[in-house]
Amino acid sequence: MLRLVNINSYYGLVHVLKNVSLHVNKGEIVTLIGANGAGKTTLLRSISGLQPVSNGTISCNKVEIANLNADKIVKRGISHVPEGRQIFRPMTVYENLELGGYLVYKSSGKKEQKKAIDEKFDMFPILRDRKKQFAGTLSGGEQQMLSIAMALMNKPSLLILDEPSMGLAPMIVKDIFRVISDLRDEKDLTVLLVEQNANAALKIADRGYVMETGKIIMEEKSEALLLNQEVKRAYLGKDKRDIWKNK
Amino acid sequence: MNHSNQFSDLLQFVFMGIQRGSIYALVAMGFNIIYNATGVINFAQGEFVVLGGLIMVSMTTMLHVPIVVAFFLSTLVVMIAGVIMERFTINPVKEPGILRLIIITIAVSILLKGIAMCIWGKDSYHMDHFSGDTPFEIFGATILPQTLWIIGILVIIVFFFILFFNHTMIGKSMRACAINRDAARLVGINDRLAVMYSFAISAGIGAIAGIIITPIIQMDYGRGALLGLKGFGAAVVGGLGNSIGAVVAGIILGVIEALGAGYISSHYMDAIALLILLIVLFLRPSGIMGSSEASRLKDF
Repeated sequence: MLRLVNINSYYGLVHVLKNVSLHVNKGEIVTLIGANGAGKTTLLRSISGLQPVSNGTISCNKVEIANLNADKIVKRGISHVPEGRQIFRPMTVYENLELGGYLVYKSSGKKEQKKAIDEKFDMFPILRDRKKQFAGTLSGGEQQMLSIAMALMNKPSLLILDEPSMGLAPMIVKDIFRVISDLRDEKDLTVLLVEQNANAALKIADRGYVMETGKIIMEEKSEALLLNQEVKRAYLGKDKRDIWKNK
Repeated sequence: MNHSNQFSDLLQFVFMGIQRGSIYALVAMGFNIIYNATGVINFAQGEFVVLGGLIMVSMTTMLHVPIVVAFFLSTLVVMIAGVIMERFTINPVKEPGILRLIIITIAVSILLKGIAMCIWGKDSYHMDHFSGDTPFEIFGATILPQTLWIIGILVIIVFFFILFFNHTMIGKSMRACAINRDAARLVGINDRLAVMYSFAISAGIGAIAGIIITPIIQMDYGRGALLGLKGFGAAVVGGLGNSIGAVVAGIILGVIEALGAGYISSHYMDAIALLILLIVLFLRPSGIMGSSEASRLKDF
């Protein structure tokens, strides 16, 4: 469904993405793990059109989308939930959802937009209680729910999530991961997930990629990655000693 | 008797101040809209005011278009000029850095000024007041009907402004761009288009300011710079980006200016306004309404 071939990207002179290739099949949850500064966020930003790609191809259902404007890419059914809960803080929860459904409003009018918002309220009932509140006053977990709900307003076929668990309590992280796997199971959503919390991410993912200093260094089924010595040591927080002991 | 004289003087100055302040407020709103959309100060804002005034003068005195029609037509023409400016000078910039855009707006302002001079020459233009110029008296102070027009139109514009940015999808999408550009792009809002709308609206508000002030100050091609500067002062005093703050600051600035002109010396009128700008910049650079709270809840 989504296929990246040899893409490169720069921040000024800094070469951030070096010949990155990756693919996501329909209905899959694919996770991308890696240390800070490996280029995971940049990779996601280049898929959604926020970061220019200097060469290589990005295609979605065989249509080339590299370097399109972000709004064109959203129209193609790719929604990106950016890192750090990028909601419109001085606006109410309801207004945020309205804006999430900006394209719905433009293509099918206010009624459809409202219907879509109601669906999101059914999915995240807490947002309904908070709908008149300013988004900036929500708790971290609620803001993350809102951010995901906004991305879902466009009924995407591919949802890109950038560190949805960042700065959240473990209980809430659990909730959010449950929501993600439910979305895949019930709505047939394809998910590309970037996570620091590699353990949790690999548990719900089908496949995983490991990224290091701008390159993809590994691609495996999640179960295999969870057992991989190198991944265990570098990303799953297992001690070298534990690994040797188990050997 | 003496007391009542003093009071009517004061009232007179306050009326004059509110009248000028309303214009500063409108210019400042124009600055803010573009500032929120692009992060730059549009130095051509004063030129929009001049264009509005001069086009209105030509339409009413030379073409004898009825005032109401001319009002909307002139505004529309200037809005189109704003859109053209954005499409041809701002939009094509590949890497829109703040400094680069500001210099472009300065260039456009010089260009517009030159065009205005070529078309209208260097004369000042007089225009009839909207509804006669017989002043009426309130507590000993005289007030021109035009002043009421100015205040009324300011109120109407603020009303529509709030309506537009809070209750229409397009206004909300423009606010969204100002609050968080990337997030706005990710929900499918075309940020470049939002910038174009902001130039249109800002030019329109500038033009209206020019139209309503022309009967009082007589418009000429070179007035833009000072009007723009005063409006900029109001925008900064009110807290850049905060349009309600700009309206309040504009009126305060106008009133202080008028009081200074009345009680100290009318020669220092402009100096007083700029002195206030300096004081605010020294003591409270975020503006009187621009607290950390306001910048957190940054809004149009």
